[in-house]
Amino acid sequence: MSDTSQVLPEADLFSRDHFALFGLPRRFVIDERALEGRYHELQSAAHPDRHAHRPEQERRLSMQWATRINEGYRLLRSPLTRARYLLELEGVDVGAENNTAMPADFLMQQMAWREALDDARNAGDPEALDALSATLRAARSGAESQLVRELDEEHNLSAAAATVRRMMFIARLGEDIAAAHEKLEN
Amino acid sequence: MAYSDKLLDHYENPRNVGSFGKEDDGVGTGMVGAPACGDVMKLQIKVGPDGVIEDAKFKTYGCGSAIASSSLVTEWVKGKTLDQALEIKNTAIAEELALPPVKIHCSILAEDAIKAAVEDYRKKQGTQVAPAADAA
Repeated sequence: MSDTSQVLPEADLFSRDHFALFGLPRRFVIDERALEGRYHELQSAAHPDRHAHRPEQERRLSMQWATRINEGYRLLRSPLTRARYLLELEGVDVGAENNTAMPADFLMQQMAWREALDDARNAGDPEALDALSATLRAARSGAESQLVRELDEEHNLSAAAATVRRMMFIARLGEDIAAAHEKLEN
Repeated sequence: MAYSDKLLDHYENPRNVGSFGKEDDGVGTGMVGAPACGDVMKLQIKVGPDGVIEDAKFKTYGCGSAIASSSLVTEWVKGKTLDQALEIKNTAIAEELALPPVKIHCSILAEDAIKAAVEDYRKKQGTQVAPAADAA
């Protein structure tokens, strides 16, 4: 009979440490294959089907595990949410709601990108959208390299929080570009 | 979600959209952004020789609540001194527009934009006054 406790650390269900659950060191740079592998291992151990014939309490527990595993996996997989989570573990709030003082040149850049998106949307120009996506990808990968330095090497948490805030703008703009793309295609 | 009439009015007919020349004398520019929703707001004030805000313009990329909040504050700051403008609180903006709780950060953005514009104006005035003070 399969037993969740063989694979899932019993006491950890309500712990918030996703790194520990996935057996990864608390770092921004992670072994993505190890994350995938452990995710599948955990998922299959916690899968509700496996516990279908077990007592109700165990079935409920396996559902809770499945939820927590999915949540942790999604959070660790994306560099933006992973960085934000690492800062949270260190007690640093990125101030997504109330920190509005972004560097002026960054905001000017955002305005320019937003204008370019409007223009491309109004002109129905998919190539302009592609060009903007490429620019944004470069900005995102630049920010990720910066996070590697700030989080893993220099442990400069306030700088990392500022980079995370910038990445949030970039991610949001990326979603809007994708939505504009989809609209053009339909 | 039900939005208030005032909010919808400012969103559908935003007041004072546009820009002043950034380098113009008497113009203060505030740029702020909200990471949570990716909103970007530029608020500009034009200050007369008597220190009263004569005109204001804004440009906002963001949701309806962010646009309405910035439109509203361009109306509110006109005719105010800088110190009076700094007294505008986000809670008053949120109340006037009946912003839902998840949109409170839009009113924070608008308040911070006023502060940033006033600060920019004062900094510009300071740098213009400083050489004369040195000469005296």
